[in-house]
Amino acid sequence: MADLRDLYQEVILEHSKVPRNYRGMVEADLKAEGYNPLCGDRFTVYLHMDGDSIRDISFQGSGCAISKASASMMTQSLKGKTRADAEKLFKNFHDLVTGQGHPAEGELGKLAVFSGVSEFPARVKCATLAWHTLQAALENQQDAVSTE
Amino acid sequence: MTTLANFSVNPAGAPLPQVPPYDVERVRADFPILHQKVHGHPLVYLDNAATTQKPRQVIEAITRYYEHDNANIHRGVHTLSQRATEEYELARKTAQQFIGAEDCREIIFVRSTTEAINLVAQTYARQNLKPGDEVLITAMEHHSDIVPWQMICEEKQGKLRVAPINEAGEVSLTDFERLLTARTKLVAVAHLSNALGTINPIQQIVELAHSKNIRVMVDGAQAAPRLPVNVRELDCDFYAFSGHKIYGPTGIGVLYGKLALLEAMPPYQGGGDMISSVSFERTVYNKVPHKFEAGTPDISGPIGLKAALEYVSRLGIENIEQHENQVLEYATNRISALSGVRLIGTAKQKAGVLSFVMEGVHPHDIGTILDQEGIAIRTGHHCAQPVMERYGIPATARASLGLYNTKEEIDALVRGIKKVQEVFG
Repeated sequence: MADLRDLYQEVILEHSKVPRNYRGMVEADLKAEGYNPLCGDRFTVYLHMDGDSIRDISFQGSGCAISKASASMMTQSLKGKTRADAEKLFKNFHDLVTGQGHPAEGELGKLAVFSGVSEFPARVKCATLAWHTLQAALENQQDAVSTE
Repeated sequence: MTTLANFSVNPAGAPLPQVPPYDVERVRADFPILHQKVHGHPLVYLDNAATTQKPRQVIEAITRYYEHDNANIHRGVHTLSQRATEEYELARKTAQQFIGAEDCREIIFVRSTTEAINLVAQTYARQNLKPGDEVLITAMEHHSDIVPWQMICEEKQGKLRVAPINEAGEVSLTDFERLLTARTKLVAVAHLSNALGTINPIQQIVELAHSKNIRVMVDGAQAAPRLPVNVRELDCDFYAFSGHKIYGPTGIGVLYGKLALLEAMPPYQGGGDMISSVSFERTVYNKVPHKFEAGTPDISGPIGLKAALEYVSRLGIENIEQHENQVLEYATNRISALSGVRLIGTAKQKAGVLSFVMEGVHPHDIGTILDQEGIAIRTGHHCAQPVMERYGIPATARASLGLYNTKEEIDALVRGIKKVQEVFG
């Protein structure tokens, strides 16, 4: 039986209450909006790029604990990373929360706390909303990205 | 001398005959699905505004139809086709009686309440809306009572007007009357709000509208399973409800319309069954209600619906209403006593629905944690995004009652909410 504590780990709860990099960004050169119509979660992800690297990343919006903590920890993981790093990390994170693959130890760092999500299929969309939004921002998509 | 067990003879002022107490445990025994565990806990099903569970009587009626009577209707001389036709038309009669319609031709079978509203929008409204004309709805409508009107208003250059609601979730009749103008052609309003539980004063709304010669369509999806409905007393022009919300199958719904209106309306879809004769030059449409039922319909649907309406009628809709009201009152008292929990929708006239939000916890997280306790509720915007906007919230958690829910299940819900607070403490 899935345990609630596997999903709502202390780190996740803490990030959902005090999200990091939770702010708008005037100097953003890329941004995108993500929306989960199922639960009304809505986030904007801002990126300030330095060539191929992410110089700064932030987010704003509203959502459940899982989506908010995921967005918060995503921004922490990606500062200073390249596009290729970001894409690879998203793939590993996606595999982790959908229980599809077994990312190598250390690949995900702190993001490994989201492993419990794979036991709650209804919550995969919450955990990946910020990441899909990031992807849209990197691809400079103008329309809001939806998880549906 | 005959002895009446439930009467005590008292010539000075006889007490009312005692109604046999509503035996919820006996009712629960009719619903096979309720007797299971979810995540190790007994299932507490509190998502009845989304869909209701089906009693054995409904499941058996559908099985019996497929095992004994299945055939196409209205077109066969063979025995099975006659039986299937008879069952299908008997279901129409049952639906007619259930909502107190005058004539069974006023009952049109559709897929759902949504389809019923679309039918009226695409036939009655399309025929009658002129540029600048208005359709009036309320701010508490379900998306299915907004979008079909938006679509036809856009097509016909009409205008959708919205009667506001107050903080409790009620429409004021003064506002409503003010919004009924010389341009208003149609009013569309929910009998009972799926997101807030508000019961709208349909009779007064109809009176106001009719005094200005405006037609009224009522979305009865949430009301039909929990309030006595009599379309002749309400005097509404159209009334719609869904089978699956009244303990029947999905895929079947009912549109009631006053006969004269239905007869004057153009058909909705073309095809078999809705015609009297077809040639390449000219088609003569069939009579009401068949004019609106093109193609082979869902046949087991009305048969399942008939079993459901009979089931509800046997229990007595007034008894169901009373039972649900007692459980709702108990739930309202217990949940409003919890700190950090706020009820959304506190109308004086309410039924069946308890929407709430919790401080510091998103409804989606409430839903997941309650599910781990075996408690099924709905979280989200309940297909009523304008209602969420009105209250400035992204979503609510919603517990909605059925005829089989108990106070003990509310206790489980309250324990579940406390668990949510523990996790997020």
